[in-house]
This record gives sequence, C-alpha cells and structure tokens, in this order.
Amino acid sequence: MTTATIDKAAPTRKVKYGSMSRDRAWALRWSYFFLVIFAIFFLTPPVYMLITSLKSSAEISAATNPWWVFHPTLENYTGLLTSNQFLRFFWNSAIVSIFVVTITMLIAVPAAFALSRMRFWGSATLATGVFLTYLIPETLLFIPLFKMFAVIGDWTGIQLINRWYVLLILYPTLTVPFCTWIMIGYFASIPKELDEAAIIDGASWFQTLTRIFIPVALPGLIAATIFAFTVSWAQFLYPLVFTTSTDQLVMPVGIITTLIKGDVFNWGQIMTGALLGAAPPLIIYAFLMDYYIAGLTAGATKG
Amino acid sequence: MADVVLQPNRAATKKTVGKRGGLHNMLKRKSTVAFLMALPLILLIATLVVYPAFYALHLATLNKSMQRFVGLGNFEFLFKRETFWLVVQQSCIFAITAVIFKAVLGFIIAHFVHNIPAKGQRKWRGMLLVPWVIPPAMSTLAWLWLFDPSYSAFNYTLSFFGVGPIPWTGDAMWARFSVILVNIWVGAPFFMIMYLAALKSVPDQLYEAAAIDGANWWQRIWYVTLPMMRNIIAITTLFSLIVTFANFDIVRILTAGGPLDRTHIFATWAFRIGIEGSDIPLGASVSLFMVPILAIAAIFILRDISKRGNEA
Repeated sequence: MTTATIDKAAPTRKVKYGSMSRDRAWALRWSYFFLVIFAIFFLTPPVYMLITSLKSSAEISAATNPWWVFHPTLENYTGLLTSNQFLRFFWNSAIVSIFVVTITMLIAVPAAFALSRMRFWGSATLATGVFLTYLIPETLLFIPLFKMFAVIGDWTGIQLINRWYVLLILYPTLTVPFCTWIMIGYFASIPKELDEAAIIDGASWFQTLTRIFIPVALPGLIAATIFAFTVSWAQFLYPLVFTTSTDQLVMPVGIITTLIKGDVFNWGQIMTGALLGAAPPLIIYAFLMDYYIAGLTAGATKG
Repeated sequence: MADVVLQPNRAATKKTVGKRGGLHNMLKRKSTVAFLMALPLILLIATLVVYPAFYALHLATLNKSMQRFVGLGNFEFLFKRETFWLVVQQSCIFAITAVIFKAVLGFIIAHFVHNIPAKGQRKWRGMLLVPWVIPPAMSTLAWLWLFDPSYSAFNYTLSFFGVGPIPWTGDAMWARFSVILVNIWVGAPFFMIMYLAALKSVPDQLYEAAAIDGANWWQRIWYVTLPMMRNIIAITTLFSLIVTFANFDIVRILTAGGPLDRTHIFATWAFRIGIEGSDIPLGASVSLFMVPILAIAAIFILRDISKRGNEA
C-alpha cells in the first residue's frame, strides 16, 4: 500500500491512507474479537457434550466445576458401544439413511433431468409443485400419515406402524423435493450445447443423463446426497410417531426414550449417545464442507 | 422458473425434420420419456403429501372415535379452550422472535466473517456452521443438560457473577426464553451462511464508489449492502419463518410444552393431543392451523422466485 503511494502523492493523501489502514486493522481486531465470542456461543453445547461424556456419574453429581474433567474415563463410551440396544439404534439409523439416500437419488435425479430439459404436459406446474412440497413441514402431515398407515394395516394386513422400514417410505417426502429442486438448479446451469451435441451424436435421453448430466453436475449431486443423509439421520418426529419398540428405533429417538428413565437422567451416557449420534453428519461435513455449503445456498436461492 | 423448463430440444427436431410422422413420434416419445422419468416423483408427492394433506382436512371433521362427522365441531371446541389461545400466542412469539434474532445475528456474524482475510474465512465458517449440522434432537439434549435444574452448568457459571439460580425450563418466562435461545442457536448459522454468500456477490466496485463519495460505514451498509442483499434476506427470512413456525424437536425435547403448556407450539401440541392423547381428529385440526401462515409465506417466496426468474 505504501509503495503505491510513495511518488507524487500529496502528504494529505498519505495521511488519509494511513488512517484508513489503521481503521482497517481495528475493524479486523474487532471482527476477530466478536467471532471468538460467537464461536464460544456456538460451540459450547457440543464441547459440553464431549466434557460430560468423559465423566463418571460420580463426578457428574459432585459439586465440582462442570466445565472441566478431573478424572477422565471412557466408561460411558464402552458402556454404550457394548450395549446391543445402542448398536441396534445406530444400525437402524445407518440402514435407514443409506436406503433413503439411494431412493432419493433414484427418484430425484431423473425427475430433475426431465423437469429441467424435457417439457411435457404440466411440467412447469410440477416444478412449482416440487418447490411447494419442499416447503410443507413434516409436522403438518404426521397425523394423517399415521392414520393412513394404520388404515392400510387394517385393510391389507401389511403392518407399517412400528417397523423401521416405514421410515423408508416417509423420509423421501422430506428429501426428494429438496434434492430435485437443487438438481434442477444444477442441471439448468449446464450449457444446452452439451446435451444437444450428445443427441445429435445419437445418444438416447438416458445416455445423455448418465454420460453428460450426472458427471457434469457431480458437485450438485454430492451436495444433494449429503443433504438427504443429514435430513434422514437427524429426523426426529417421524420415528417418534411411527416406531415404538426398542428394536425398531433410530438413534435420536432411541437415545431419548431409552436413556431417560422416568426422572432419572444418566447424563454421562446421554451426552455420549448424543455425541455419537451427532458424529456421522459432523464427520461428513468436516470432509465435504464446501459441497454442504454449496447445497445449502443453492437450495434457497437458485431459481 | 419457467425458463428452466422451457427448452424444446432443437437438435432432436433438426434430426427428424425430414419425415413428418417421425417428428411427431419423436416429440411424443420425448414427452412420454420425460413423464416416465418424473413419474416416481409425481406418485410420491401425490400419495404421501397431497393426499395426506386433504385427508387431514377430512380427519379434522370427525369425532374422537372417528365414527361420526362433526363438521367444524373440533374447531369450535378448540376456540373455547384456553390452551389453544396460549398455543397460538406462543407459536407467534416463538417464530417471530426467533426469526428476527436469527436474521440479525446471522447478518452481524456474516459481516465479521466477511471482514477477515479470505484465507481464514473457511475455518471460521466451518466452526460457526456446526450447530446447523448437528441433528437438533442431539444438540437440544446438550442444552437440556446445560439447563439442568440441579446441576446446571449455566447456573454454576452465573453464580460467580452473583446471579442467582435461574429456573431455565421450570418457569414459564424462562422456559420461553430457553426454547427461543436454542432455536436461535440452531438457526443463526443458516442465516450466516446465506448472508455470507450474498455479501460475496456484492461487487467491490460499489463499495469503492461509496467510499470515494465519502460514505461512512453505516451508509455503506444501508445504501449498498442491504439493497443488494434484499432478495436473499427476504427469501431466507420467509423460509426460516416456515421452518421455525413448524418446529418440533427443540420444544419437544427441551420442555415438552411445559411448564403448564406455556411453551407448546402447534406441532408439539398436535403431537400431544393426536398421538399421545390418541385424539387423531383434534390433533389434525390443531396442525391445520399452521396452513394459513405457511401458505402466506409460500406465496411470497414463490412470487419472489418467479420475479427473479423473469429478471434473469
């Protein structure tokens, strides 16, 4: 900055630049100061989860400083990781999430392709409909869906209530509209020349999708996959309503219903469970943060 | 949005332009293929979203045992209950306060992150987005433990400042404060990341021009940043309003509606009545009250999106 102003700059101008850079330095310091405060606010609960998970129940109920671990122990982790019940929750969550991600992609990608490149009767309405569906929260639909599935069970004998696989039917209602919506955005950004050339070369629509659209829109595809995974891993209301037996529960509901017994809160284990339940999305996010953020911003802004 | 969909494939037309019948078949087949590709999506939306939505309307007109049609009886019953009005009040307080604080906090944090050199931004962004990534049910458990009546880590810390123990989830006012606080904690990072993306898209030249014209910091925000971010602010706020209004996890885990139903919002009260109290029709009626708010927000969002689509 100084080298640029060294020649022929009037002294007044030099002073002005100096004060500007001093201002900037202060602005920077204040920014870091406040960012540290906000980081503390945002990271306190997860850090506290970790702190508590390393304590024995004796230390938790002792009147010592709750923000420090005096006798770290892994007993909560070994306790949970050797309990069949907890492993069952983790397994259920993993199975449900993997299946839901697969189903979501199989439905959303072709649909987004059809909606962004091929016109058919009502396709514009459908694209709007997808967006509206994405805005409908699950809290509006859980009661009629519960009754619907109960009725189906009565009529056909197919038991859907209290089976983990009912979640495979329910979660796509949350993941598919969103993933379709962001895939439409990504597909729309692919130049038309690319698929026109493919069609001229004799590629079928299906080949155009798999050979051109999917590879080119891979970042969008990854973002959508991460989203489908995090949504199905974190969903709380549907499993709470639709599953009750302990062997059918997924992580969030399992931890809350089995580790809290009446008024007795085994906080060491609850926090350990919560941390382990938060771990998969956090790990994925740690590695694929940029895709996650791209998907987040694309979802709400890309028309 | 229309411009996304409106792309009749010129290449395909060119290829078969020689034979009229072939062209006709081709176009017909293309739309059929497209329809088939979208069919699973259509079926999913129709059977698991549209049908249940109308089924909820039907359910809301039945009596508790679902044998008899009672018309608007459930709604009349709700209007006479004091708890219902508490829920309406709390839902509005909860959603509006939380969204305003999330938006303001997100805006401020986004500016701080934007201020620091680009090299370090990734690290801060990563840290500050963590609350949004953790499943809310899990992080709310951590908050519940921080608020614990006997071993509250917050009260322990506050006691050093001479602030007496606060009944975080035991007292109506504090319980309301707590659920809103947790909601802000979960949702502010989303605003932060959206606003940060918007800030990055504001051209630097505008700020330079403003600086040359002698605009101070406040004027730059008011006359440059805010107008450039208006669209994103509007969409993010409306979107968040829907999500916050329909929230379930946080209130359910933190207070379960208590103390004395003071923190119930529509979703948690509908769950309490419909699933736990097994009065499905009444529960359906309660959750239907979310529709008008959601519809208004959705109309504004759609209008905004289609407006932007036309500009592009």
